[in-house]
Amino acid sequence: MSGGRTNPAGRERDAIIKVRGLVNGFGTQLLHDHLDLDVYRGEVLGVVGGSGTGKSVLLRSIVGLNKIQSGTIEVFGRNTANMSDHQWREIEMRWGVLFQEGALFSSQTIAENIQVPLREYLRMPQQLMNEIASMKLSMVGLPEEAAAKHPSELSGGMKKRAGLARALALDPEIVFLDEPTAGLDPISANMFDELVKDLQKSLNLTVFMVTHDLDTLRATTDRIAVLVDRKIKVGTIDELRRDPHPWIQQYFSGPRGRAAA
Amino acid sequence: MSNVNQAIAATSRARIRMERQQKSLRLVAEGEWTTRDAAELDAQLRAIQVGDAAEAQIDGSGLERIDSAGTWLLVRTKREWESAGTQVGPILLPGTYSTLLHTVENEHNAPPVVIHDHHTLEAFIERVGKGAVHGVYQGAGILSYVGRVTLEWLEALYHPRGNLRVAALFHQVEETGINALPIVGLLAFLIGIVLAYQGADQLKRFGAEIFTINLLGVGLLREIAGLITAIIIAGRSGSAFTAQIGTMRVNEELDAMQTIGINTVDTLVLPRILGLAIALPLLTFYADIMGMIGGAVMCYFDLHITLPVFLRQLQDAISLNTFLVGIIKAPVFALVISLVGCYEGLQVERNAASVGKLTTRSVVESVFLVIVLDAAFSIIFSLIGI
Repeated sequence: MSGGRTNPAGRERDAIIKVRGLVNGFGTQLLHDHLDLDVYRGEVLGVVGGSGTGKSVLLRSIVGLNKIQSGTIEVFGRNTANMSDHQWREIEMRWGVLFQEGALFSSQTIAENIQVPLREYLRMPQQLMNEIASMKLSMVGLPEEAAAKHPSELSGGMKKRAGLARALALDPEIVFLDEPTAGLDPISANMFDELVKDLQKSLNLTVFMVTHDLDTLRATTDRIAVLVDRKIKVGTIDELRRDPHPWIQQYFSGPRGRAAA
Repeated sequence: MSNVNQAIAATSRARIRMERQQKSLRLVAEGEWTTRDAAELDAQLRAIQVGDAAEAQIDGSGLERIDSAGTWLLVRTKREWESAGTQVGPILLPGTYSTLLHTVENEHNAPPVVIHDHHTLEAFIERVGKGAVHGVYQGAGILSYVGRVTLEWLEALYHPRGNLRVAALFHQVEETGINALPIVGLLAFLIGIVLAYQGADQLKRFGAEIFTINLLGVGLLREIAGLITAIIIAGRSGSAFTAQIGTMRVNEELDAMQTIGINTVDTLVLPRILGLAIALPLLTFYADIMGMIGGAVMCYFDLHITLPVFLRQLQDAISLNTFLVGIIKAPVFALVISLVGCYEGLQVERNAASVGKLTTRSVVESVFLVIVLDAAFSIIFSLIGI
């Protein structure tokens, strides 16, 4: 059921995230039952699954926000279970996370939000930070005027862009996106897909994206990981279409799945 | 100076080399140009003098790695040299970074962001001014809200719709009254002890220990028990009102009620006001008793005044009026606390931060108003000679 079987092409590649035997659950109910997953450097991986199958929990487990019951998670070749605080900081500098609603700090302006990681990790003159913040805003397609605004003054789509700019502040190697297009109108969602694709190409990012949006999956992802029966099945859309599992069949061949094709 | 070759080591990872020939300049970037070393690279690049060079070239083709911050530094340097009148050729980067270079060079033309300093005198004066104007609006808002609640009351009295929410009312009495018994009781008991102890300590010097009981009786019944109870309830229930109603605003529950046609003042505000108006006088009475018990205990252990003596002296010290003066204030305090609590709850905007902000404000305002009203009552009572 692991990625290797359904995607022989990926076997030799460099796994930047390696999940082995992950078990997660609440009480007696298991969400993940010995789940394995590889994310390869430079790919865009989409994670899908029904409501309550633990997509976000998987993301939160990898970035260390969720205490896992058992299993190992390796990021950049290091086991995250027994890392010191210092090692965590080293790793956290190399990834960026975009939360569902952007999770921008409400008391700060967008420009200050983008500079938070720079301030936290590096000693940098204010002028250079201002230049970098301005460049990140251009990269995510926000107008200059957005810099001085507070998060509450922005629309949902702009908040997500600003959140992405903050996630990209330190030029990370991996970006985690939690439902990046949820709640956006189709035009904004399309533009966000384009943006992710462009940035992935120009910054050579590895993207781990939890999403429900079939259009996004088709437009941006190299491979898709489907959470079914507390395990994960990985493949390209075409491979998954041939998978006999009823949920996967319904998902990709239902009316919405066909429309996105 | 025909051929000057100058190596500038910015850090161990990132290096800059400058090659000068008569009228041309060549900047060679080597190593890893990443955000980590951007500060040092920035300083070195700014220190470079273009001089009278007519043409220049930026060569990063030997770089092992470069990210967007590194690319920006090269692009910025190119733009600065160009604006100084030097002809700069295209930036050379390894092929894998051509998309990145394209993105930074062509899509980014905005000036650096401006971060406003909030700690200047000007900003302070601005905040004071804004605060003052806001205070005026706040006062006007509460006033018009009091008017609305009054009208709703009259409406409910004249046309009883049979739907005065009795269950909600009793729920509020339980929540604000019965559930507050332990904390109010304990604190009143402790206040009684403290008051008796301090009073006894001072009065002993005059051999007038027995008047500790007068101090206790008059002090507690007239002022302290009522005030302490009101302040506790402002912190406990006033804040809860704001948080409850505010959370409903954030969840769009208030909007849902409005679209269904449910009157929010009727359902949410009136039961809270009436509930607290019932609960607070009862709590004040309870605090009176508990404070007395605390004082009696202290008198027994500190001054060896037995309970019968205590009661006899208390009988002489206080009259029914003493008690009434204290208890009459309780419904007024209750009204202020619940009005402010509900008003601030309805002011919450649709974000979670606003709930916290307005809850704090609600407590501060209701405690402030309770104490101001208490002072006003004191003046009135002394004028009419009670």
